[in-house]
Amino acid sequence: MFKVIERLLGDKIATEKISLTGSERFRGKITGSCTAAMGAACAKACPVGAFAAANNEQGYAIDYKKCIFCGRCVERAMGSLHHSREEAMPVITEEAAEVTAEVIRQKLGRSLHVRHLDAGSCNACDFEMGAMSNPLYDLHRYGVHVDASPRHADLLMVTGVVTRNLEQALRMSYEAMPEPRLVMACGACAAGGETYGASYAIVGAADQVVPVDIYIPGCPPRPSAMIAGLLAAADMLAERM
Amino acid sequence: MADWTLKVVKPENFRGTANILSNGGKNPLTAMFGRDETENPAVKGYAIYAVFENLAEHKMEAVKAVFGEGESLCYESLTSVLPAAAWYEREIQDMFGIVPQGHPDPRPLVLHDTFPEGFYPLRKSVEKDADVHGSRRMDMSVARGEGVYEVPVGPIHAGIIEPGHFRFSQAGESMLQLDARLFYTHRGLEKIMEGKTPDEALPVVERICGACSVANTWSFCQAVEKIAGVKISRRAEIIRTLLMEIERITNHVGDLGNIPAGVGFNPAISLGGRTKEMLMRLQERMAGNRFLRGVIVPGGVRQDISSALCKDIADIMDKTEVSVNDLTEMFAQQANFQNRVRTTGIVRKETAVDLAMVGVGARASGFAHDSRKDFAYGLYPELDFNMVTEKTGDVAARLAVRIAELTESFKLVRQLIGMLQNDKSNDAVNLTCQIDWSKVSGDDWGLSESARGSNFQFVALQDGKIDRIFVRSASYPNWPAVTIAVQGDIIPDFPLINKSFELCYACIDR
Repeated sequence: MFKVIERLLGDKIATEKISLTGSERFRGKITGSCTAAMGAACAKACPVGAFAAANNEQGYAIDYKKCIFCGRCVERAMGSLHHSREEAMPVITEEAAEVTAEVIRQKLGRSLHVRHLDAGSCNACDFEMGAMSNPLYDLHRYGVHVDASPRHADLLMVTGVVTRNLEQALRMSYEAMPEPRLVMACGACAAGGETYGASYAIVGAADQVVPVDIYIPGCPPRPSAMIAGLLAAADMLAERM
Repeated sequence: MADWTLKVVKPENFRGTANILSNGGKNPLTAMFGRDETENPAVKGYAIYAVFENLAEHKMEAVKAVFGEGESLCYESLTSVLPAAAWYEREIQDMFGIVPQGHPDPRPLVLHDTFPEGFYPLRKSVEKDADVHGSRRMDMSVARGEGVYEVPVGPIHAGIIEPGHFRFSQAGESMLQLDARLFYTHRGLEKIMEGKTPDEALPVVERICGACSVANTWSFCQAVEKIAGVKISRRAEIIRTLLMEIERITNHVGDLGNIPAGVGFNPAISLGGRTKEMLMRLQERMAGNRFLRGVIVPGGVRQDISSALCKDIADIMDKTEVSVNDLTEMFAQQANFQNRVRTTGIVRKETAVDLAMVGVGARASGFAHDSRKDFAYGLYPELDFNMVTEKTGDVAARLAVRIAELTESFKLVRQLIGMLQNDKSNDAVNLTCQIDWSKVSGDDWGLSESARGSNFQFVALQDGKIDRIFVRSASYPNWPAVTIAVQGDIIPDFPLINKSFELCYACIDR
């Protein structure tokens, strides 16, 4: 008993402001520009088809929904490309092209109830979802609550590539939710569906089965990126009500 | 020449040979797997392997049964003499259509109702992305009798957990029987990796499971490096071992914060959660990814650990050790907590040996099994640490094993950091060696001790392309033990028991 009290008093509050910047080595969004030949080589090195050579200023385009941030393109580009320490931002389909940092800083006077569904993940996304509730991120302070049932949920947070064995569970969970409802595809598997490639046991990204509103890039996304996405979702939901 | 003694036999001699290799149960069954060799002119058929660990002599012994062209794909099931074979035999039946005759429970294991009968995905004749639909029967095994009722749970659970379906057969409040249907997250990873080079397959290997990224990648690299005959630099070996111990510490600390969630002990959950977060951030600083992905590659490691980073690691280890000691004290002082974890979810030593359990699950039941000791790999032979065992086999024992192992791992990390800092070789510039895969063919295995137990992999390369990869993670042999551990306890104890094993679904489902 004494140890519990001692730790509780000694630890004080651990909760932090959300930071979307990682540590020095963090493999975040890719910066820099490259030649067409280099772009083609990088595209070949990309295991998930997220990197494409393009006729734009940078010489390439990256589909962050698919990207697993493995760093093979950066390695291939030999100095032309770099990982920034910035997290890739959520991709929202309808209302806005991207979420601004303002949204994240905004205090929300409403609640969002979330149902998690593992549609075939490697469990890294699930671990990071669990981390959102630890004292440093303290998801509850934003009015976001993880629910036990889809019947009580505003948002279905899908992790993992949809497997054949879970397709029905995903569809039924979505159908069980009341309107208005949102779906978030969290992580490269659910958002892009290319992490492992095609197989007899994989259906694909979450949007192959249910309509998706928000895509969170990352393999896995860090808890901060997930929270940014959830806050954007809370705004979207307010507009739909 | 693969790193095991292999006997090749006819299917009718498979059971007898396996029985001899098991040495009356003394040598645990590490794995069983099938292989399609219809394109191999010397075989022209299918094969099944059974691999045993000779614990006394620290080596692997394997038997392979070959089913030649046109021969019947049947053999006498091992399960009645080797209970550990039960799941493997069911899986081989699902994947290759090789039938274990006399198996006490021949239900499908991996492929669920939406797959047609007679679809064997790991046969070479089946396309990787075969789009098949059908319906097969998948019955749950339940107890029947007056007053016995069923409680179905999952596959989608109330919390943030992986999917599995459980069917409890209840007699009053007690769990009489539990049947678990898993493999919901089956992604067909073994088939996906066929035809890829080891470098191409690496991102998939790293993503078999989030919790054991290092263990899975290391097992894979061991296997392909053995086949290619390369030896990695000493500094790379030190870094791999360090990563492995950091991964173990992170997982064990996560469990110390997670097991109390089974009884709602909030101060412990909170302390465990914040300690784990510090470790996750350390992992990001070491690897650039919070799950240590992107460091270990065939031929070595891709990133060095600098002296400055070593100091930071040491600093975080000191802080983690304080938290772990405080958590331990919190557990010990809380009578209610002790009351819940003691005598709950017992696995007896005999059961652990029969099921060839591994890792924390085995060691908590008094079955001394730790691949860091049993198989000298990485830097472990040079390092000073003890294998931890407990006797009672309950939730409390599994918790105690983790706590004592953490102390050993802190010791290991400090030794490894010292080695890195004193390493005066110029290995730092040659952390990886380039391997020309196109000329590499052969079979071999890799093994590493993850936080949950030994992760075994078998890889067969043909001209640098993967012909067959088999992944057996630590959770695979331990899962059947959970269904035994819960018997006689009440349903509210199930989350606690389940968390104390902390088994992963992603890496058994693959």
